[in-house]
Amino acid sequence: MDEVLLRSLTPQVLGILVRRGADFAAAEDAVQDALVEAVRVWPDDPPQNSRAWLVTVAWRKFIDATRAEASRRRREDLVEEQPVPEPASSLDDTLRLYFLCAHPSLTPSSAVALTLRAVGGLTTRQIAQAYLVPEATMSQRITRAKRTVSGVRLDRNGDVATVLRVLYLVFNEGYSGDVDLAAEAIRLTRQLAAVVDHPEVAGLLALMLLHHARRPARTAPDGSLVPLAEQDRSRWDTALIAEGVDILQAALACDRLGEFQAQAAIAALHADAPTAAETDWVQIVEWYDELVRLTDSPVVRLNRAVAVGEADGPRAGLAALAGLDAALPRHTAVAAYLHERDGDLATAAELYAEAAHVAPNLAERDHLTRQAARLNAAIRG
Amino acid sequence: MAKYLLLKHYRGAPAPVNNVPMDQWAPEEVAAHIRFMQDFASRLEQTGEFVDAQALAPEGSWVRYDGEGRPPVTDGPFAETKDLIAGWMVIDVDSHERALELAAELSAAPGAGGRPIHEWLEVRPFMSEPPTITE
Repeated sequence: MDEVLLRSLTPQVLGILVRRGADFAAAEDAVQDALVEAVRVWPDDPPQNSRAWLVTVAWRKFIDATRAEASRRRREDLVEEQPVPEPASSLDDTLRLYFLCAHPSLTPSSAVALTLRAVGGLTTRQIAQAYLVPEATMSQRITRAKRTVSGVRLDRNGDVATVLRVLYLVFNEGYSGDVDLAAEAIRLTRQLAAVVDHPEVAGLLALMLLHHARRPARTAPDGSLVPLAEQDRSRWDTALIAEGVDILQAALACDRLGEFQAQAAIAALHADAPTAAETDWVQIVEWYDELVRLTDSPVVRLNRAVAVGEADGPRAGLAALAGLDAALPRHTAVAAYLHERDGDLATAAELYAEAAHVAPNLAERDHLTRQAARLNAAIRG
Repeated sequence: MAKYLLLKHYRGAPAPVNNVPMDQWAPEEVAAHIRFMQDFASRLEQTGEFVDAQALAPEGSWVRYDGEGRPPVTDGPFAETKDLIAGWMVIDVDSHERALELAAELSAAPGAGGRPIHEWLEVRPFMSEPPTITE
């Protein structure tokens, strides 16, 4: 049985239940129960119409839960409330769910968890394992998130940027477990792109595909990080690159540039270079200039300094770096790299060691430590 | 989303404000303290931020490899080692500020006289996984 296909039906089924008047939190639980039952039953008894089967079973689960809840309430002498149907809306059911799960009233971690469950159809256990927290904790995080958005009525489009930020987080956080979060983020972004025509949705999808294409080359067999310049480009996934570039070009043709399109354009220029030496750094700097204009982010300025160093030489890169806050993450690592390129190995070695000390993750720390050791060995001769 | 370790020290941390050894507290103050710690953990589970909490026995062993085919060497405790970890709590939170806020709440656990201990807790970020998109 194709579990991804099964899970792809989640938002539609949930949308139908909510339209029939089920409240979001209860409907979401019922859909999860139906998914679990599908995994159990379908291998021996596949349904003719998967979606109809899920709607039927989920609705039955919802009714059962509502009855149980109603009888509990009667025991407690509380007034039984009937579900109130959601007002008719032109908003696509799936799109509505994306907006709801990324609602600005949610914290980023809650929005991520709720999106993976209610839109992605993952179980609480899978999400907990992916983010390395106990299942009870993740369960509470999701329950609270559902409570937070339970009163939200969406009758018009929210800001698609909030949804994109959540999907970007899922893709970029890079945790590893049984669930491939990067692949899941791509699936959810594809699904979003199918229901909303927005160049930034396409831009994010292109960005993800172009980075995902490099994944086989990004880690050495021993698990260490391989920097872009040293990656074996024959291991990049050319089909993903071609798809990413096509999607990006169509998005750029809309002439509504945004940060994800600009980031994807940079990734596309890297993908386009047969060797690291043939990278079109001048164009990459131009895209960073666009990104600075769009985001005014200090992290973007830092990455721009690297690109300037490649395009106009390490001195120019160091000059671009000079105006930036030295407390920025990876500032010291960038300075080390530019000093090495400038031939000042002693300074570079010191900075690499300092950068390793403040690295935010093990893979980067190990990489920076190796750079420092390599330069120190070279200096000793 | 980031994980932090909140470390509690038996010794090695600066002295707390309400610095009375636990064996000098009234029994109900000890009970109140333990209840506070349990409530704190379950409240964090409710907010979806709890990962782990463990306490360590104060006495441990120092062990060293002593070569092929030989039993490990044990020694200590070493007098010069002033730092001693009492236990920890691991949290998964949205921001560094939130980690500090929770550590501060934990530091307010009641002690002698029912007043907050104001003990120093050490907050250490976990090393994360490397992000996919870095350029």
